[in-house]
Amino acid sequence: MSEAGEKLEPVLVASAPRFSPVVGGRGGGNGGDDTSEIGGGGGGAVAVGTLDATPLSALSPVAEEPAGDTKKKIDVLLKAVGDTPIMKTKKWTVEKTRTIQSLIDFIKKFLKLLASEQLFIYVNQSFAPSPDQEVGTLYECFGSDGKLVLHYCKSQAWG
Amino acid sequence: MTDDKDILRDVWFGRIPTCFMLYQDESTEREAEPYYLLLPRISYLTLVTDKVKKHFQKVMRREDIGEIWFENEGTPLKWHYPIGLLFDLHASNATLPWNITVHFKNFPEKDLLHCPSKEVIEAHFMACIKEADALKHKSQVINEMQKKDHKQLWMGLQNDKFEQFWAINRKLMEYPAEDNGFRYIPFRIYQTTTERPFIQKLFRPVAVDGQLHTLGDLLKEVCPAAINPEDGEKKTQVVIHGIEPMLETPIQWLSEHMSYPDNFLHISVIPLSAD
Repeated sequence: MSEAGEKLEPVLVASAPRFSPVVGGRGGGNGGDDTSEIGGGGGGAVAVGTLDATPLSALSPVAEEPAGDTKKKIDVLLKAVGDTPIMKTKKWTVEKTRTIQSLIDFIKKFLKLLASEQLFIYVNQSFAPSPDQEVGTLYECFGSDGKLVLHYCKSQAWG
Repeated sequence: MTDDKDILRDVWFGRIPTCFMLYQDESTEREAEPYYLLLPRISYLTLVTDKVKKHFQKVMRREDIGEIWFENEGTPLKWHYPIGLLFDLHASNATLPWNITVHFKNFPEKDLLHCPSKEVIEAHFMACIKEADALKHKSQVINEMQKKDHKQLWMGLQNDKFEQFWAINRKLMEYPAEDNGFRYIPFRIYQTTTERPFIQKLFRPVAVDGQLHTLGDLLKEVCPAAINPEDGEKKTQVVIHGIEPMLETPIQWLSEHMSYPDNFLHISVIPLSAD
């Protein structure tokens, strides 16, 4: 699979709801409306639509998820293990077809890790899914309470 | 009648006659002869092709040798899928021997995972077993095992030792007598006709009314496209280990007897060409 930062995968940039103008600006189309957020009804949908239109951000903080879009996206809770840095935003809305590799790339960018540093992701604190596995599949098999909990670690945590 | 245990042996010792050929654009110092090998269905390409690699590298300059990868008629072959699955999925309608093209450059980053060492294969294999046991027993069986048992599963596969592997693996195939099966069946359904890598969902071996779920039940629920209409023309083949099991086969039985060593049932759904 591609290394972090290669042109094959869209570059993932975290954007808190308040900073979505960055996203909207890139995406074109919905330029001015993109700051609408929680409970914004149609506005919320615009914000997410904007996110989809741009390669800049495929993950969005969970507050932007509008009702009725549950089919395409799932909630992922990211937890650090050991001395791996935590992420301030832990809960993310992720497209089901995203791969584990793209999440790894995203977390590495978010934590400003070097491309050469390793990052492992675990499900159920027991196994590391292969990088090409889709988060939607993992959610269906191992999700609970409407979300998929993933642990991430800079060293191998569980076998 | 033969014992069901014989099936475990048949699955384990399944082989595919294969002809490896060097890709035409690779630079060599002299002509590269094809290399023939019987590939174990249950193993992984990068685990059993050291000889293939050496054979071709003999005729190549060191600077022309990058990471080895394999291709079947334009499709890069994923080393982290078992060999039997790759064959069923991509080549089951082709004539034998299976022709695999060998590459040493232009690694297709988008399609393949890197495989820098045998440890990477081991880690992948063990991760699959752990995922399977999370489905079968909430990880209880694999977690109760010792490190040396995990090692024995891997060494059994790596060295093609059926007894060594099954001495441990049988524990992963047990379930409480009152349950009639695992919690969920670890399965993956692959189709070449879709972009999705595979279908994997929660599926119980026993229905609420106590009836055993069958392969047909599984397909109906998670991959209806695989089922041929009763009166219509046969459009698809459902293949595991090169055969088409009857759709009436209980899925629990298949899981115990026809899973790959990674403890997953890898099911290929293959379209039949019209002509």
